[in-house]
This record gives sequence, structure tokens and C-alpha cells, in this order.
Amino acid sequence: MNLGFFAFCVFSTIAIFGALSVVLKKNPVSSAFALVMVFFAFAGLYALIGAHLIAALQILVYTGAIMVLFVFVIMLLNQDTPVNDLKESSGLFKGVAALALAGLAMILIHTVLRAQDIVAVGQLTEEKITAQGGNLRVVSEALFSDHVFHFELTSFLLLGAIVSTVALAKRKTALGGES
Amino acid sequence: MSFEMSFMMIKIAVVLAGLLAVVPIMLFVERRGSALLQNRLGPNRMGPFGMFQAACDVLKFIFKEDSPPGHVNKFYYSLAPWLAVIPAFMTFAVIPFAGSMSWNGSEAIFQVANLDVGILYCFSVASLGVYGIIMAGWASNNKYSLLGSLRSSAQMISYELTLGLSIVGIIMVFQSVKLGDITAAQGETLVSIAGLDIPKWGIFIQPVGFIIFLISVFAETNRLPFDLPEGESELIAGYHLEYGSMRFALFMMAEFINMAVASGLITSLFFGGWQLLPGFGWLAGQFAGTEHAQLILVFFQGVSFVIKVAFWMWFFVWVRWTLPRFRFDQLMKLGWKVLFPIALINVFVTGLLIYKGVL
Repeated sequence: MNLGFFAFCVFSTIAIFGALSVVLKKNPVSSAFALVMVFFAFAGLYALIGAHLIAALQILVYTGAIMVLFVFVIMLLNQDTPVNDLKESSGLFKGVAALALAGLAMILIHTVLRAQDIVAVGQLTEEKITAQGGNLRVVSEALFSDHVFHFELTSFLLLGAIVSTVALAKRKTALGGES
Repeated sequence: MSFEMSFMMIKIAVVLAGLLAVVPIMLFVERRGSALLQNRLGPNRMGPFGMFQAACDVLKFIFKEDSPPGHVNKFYYSLAPWLAVIPAFMTFAVIPFAGSMSWNGSEAIFQVANLDVGILYCFSVASLGVYGIIMAGWASNNKYSLLGSLRSSAQMISYELTLGLSIVGIIMVFQSVKLGDITAAQGETLVSIAGLDIPKWGIFIQPVGFIIFLISVFAETNRLPFDLPEGESELIAGYHLEYGSMRFALFMMAEFINMAVASGLITSLFFGGWQLLPGFGWLAGQFAGTEHAQLILVFFQGVSFVIKVAFWMWFFVWVRWTLPRFRFDQLMKLGWKVLFPIALINVFVTGLLIYKGVL
């Protein structure tokens, strides 16, 4: 058994265990911490397939920034009482949930069974990436030359989201001034 | 075990031992240094200059009873100190502490991991450290602790942005994110003024970036003037209020090691890393042509690196006991309204200068 396989087992176990905890934990903060664990395990899996840049960005963006904000907001709201108890929810809700679960399970089984067919190596093999100067160079060249238009469009979308959030969140006072 | 493997093990052991040695040394320096700055004596009874006081403190921490208070969330309470200290140790892995030398036909680099993503690894692992603080504050089930951890999460996110933006200029100039490449490139001469060679250190080509980086690093390590998560006059001790004995010591270790990593980053990015200090080049030149010339050069590079890091560690202590604490709204204003725009302008101007061929 080589080291890579061992690491894969460890990371995927953490990911599955963490994902289950996100759903099953009753405390929202615990769920958020479990989600952090899932993201960390994903980063490990990305690193195992040689995508070091994606692994670093996964931790930097998702684990280090987005999840910190999640935890921050959950703590600020201070949701002490656990809600969404399964016993109290309606029969219709349970039925829909079971249907969705069955659908997802079917997609998963289908994908696993077809795994041999869909593995098609793209243009960028590991040797090619190394020859072109590593992950970072390849990704940034693709992002800032070939796909720069889409990149800029995305940034406009994000800017719009920020502006509209501020516009929605800003409360007007009774005198018409802004607080 | 192959040569590469054993050399790797030795490097990891040296870095770990060095970082662990930082803790008692900094305990001593912080206490005596604060006393020096405040015109008092400080602990001076144990051993010469009170040097053994740190050892006594460590013994005290180990033998103190470790009983978690009844109202805490036990699991997260015990996990939090480890989450604070382990990323702190991991971050140092990509910082080079000496140049390279050829040995038995293969090139030996004095850096634990020469990763492709370089400094991005540093930032991503360092951003994990905040979970230790958040978790500690939340699991302690105490309003002061919770306030401390809320402050810390807001502060860390705000200053991570400026921290990342401040080094974009450096990355643009040296065209690499690998700390090894950046440090090696800083050995070139920038200009010669009257026979005096000014090296191409980061500080000379990115002075604005350096200042922003320095300020952000203080906020990221939770040191005064930005130690609001602790804020003992407002929050008693903030996130580690409910911690005692070795668990508290782990938080303290994390703080000191984060300082060491921050100093290592400042040194590697802006002060030439392991590039020889003035005078050391002459000293190493005395051994040129001898059997172990390469080894001696590497030794002097290591010493230069340690001296530079030690200076910045002292700088942390110096600032801590000189400046008063910021208010939280001032901290946020400084981060978002002052440092962030300046960092963006710095990136723009650097790009312009590179385009014009100045840099």
C-alpha cells in the first residue's frame, strides 16, 4: 500500500464523516466546524491529485475566509435552541426529502458504475503542466489571457451583488437621512 | 533510508527545534524587554539575568492542575489550543533559512518544502489558525470569550486581505511565488552609490508594500497595538479567559511561533532572507577554497537569517510595549479605509513601473 492511497483513505474518511456531521449535528456552530473539516479534507484530496494551487486556494478562500464569516454570523445570531427536529416535521416534508435522497443516490450509483467511461484525461497532463512552469503559471495564464472577458464579467457580477447587498441592508431613518 | 529522506528529516527536526526554542527565549525577552522599556527590572532572580525564569514557568505550566470549568463545551474546548498551535508550526515549512549547496552530486536546499504555490501555502495555513481562537472563545461559553473570538474573526478576515495585497507587488517584481526564488533574487545589486552596493531587497523596491505588510502582520498575530481579541482591560483575557495550565501555554506558544513565522516572512520577502549581512561576505570569503567552504557559507547564511528574524522578533516586543491599543472601530477603519486602498494603489503603481521598465 503506497502513501498516496493511505492519504486518500484518511482524507476521504474525514470528508464523509464531516459531511455527515454537518447534517446530523444539532448545534449550528458544530455543523459549521464540521463543514470546515470537509473543506480541509477536500483540499487534501486536491493536493493528492497534483492540483496544489486549487488545494491552497480551497483552504485560503473557503476554509480561511468564507467559513470564518459563516461561523461569525452564526455566533452573532447566537442560535442556541436546536430547530428542525425530524420528529416534528410534516409527512410531506419527509416524503419530499426521501424522494430527493433516492434521486441523489441513483445519480451517485450511476456515476460510480460508469466511472471507467467518464475518466478522460484533458489536454493538460501533469508533465505538460510541469513543462509550462507549474500549476500557478498555467492557471493564471489561462485566466488572465484566454478567459479574461469571463473573468471581468464575473467581477462585475460580484460587484453588483455587493452593491445591492449594501443597498438592501442600509436602513433609512424617519427623517429621510441614511443611518 | 535514502539520503534525501534523511536530509528531509534533519531539516524538519531543525526547524521544529528552532521554533520550540523560540518560546522560552521569547518569554525571557518579552519580560526583560518590557521591563527595560518601562524602566523597571523584571524577573531577575533565577539564574544569570533571570534567564531560568522561563524554565520555571514551563515547569509551573506542566504541573498545574488542568481542570476545565464545568460550563464549557468539553470537546471543542480541548481541541481549540491545538488548532491554534499546529498551523503556527506548519507555516514555517516554506520559509528558506539558508541558500543551497551541492552535496554528493545532488542539490540540497535548506527549506522544508519547496512548494509550487510557495507563499500561498503560508497564507492558507495561517488562516486556519483563526479557528483555534474562534473555537476557544465559543466553547468557553463566556460572554467575554465570545466577544474576543468575534473580534478576532472580523479582524483576521479584514487584515488577511491587506496582507495578501501588500505582497502582490513583490510577487510581480520577482515573478515568482516561491519564497526560495524571491530570496535568491534579492541577492542582486539594485544600484551602486559611491561604490556602496545597495542590494535588491524587497524593502528598497516595495517600501509601501512593506509598511502595509508590517501593519497587517501585527493584526494577524494579535499583538499590540491590535490585540483586541485579548484586550485585557475590556475583555479580561478574551478568548483564552477560561484556559489554564498547559492549554493556556499552547495559546502562548502559538502566539510566539506566529511571531517567529511573521518575522521569517518579513525577512524573506523584504530583507533578503538568508542573503549575507554586511561583513559576513568578507568573513565567509576568508574560508574560500578550503574543504568546507560551501558548508561555511551556508552556516553564515543561516546565521544572517537568524539575526534578521531575531531583530524582527525584538521589533514585535518593542512595539508591544510602546504603542497603546487601538479601539475596534479604529482598527476596522484603518484596515478597510486606509490600508486597503493604499495596497490597491501600490499594486497599480508597481504594474505601471514594471510596464515602463523601471523595475
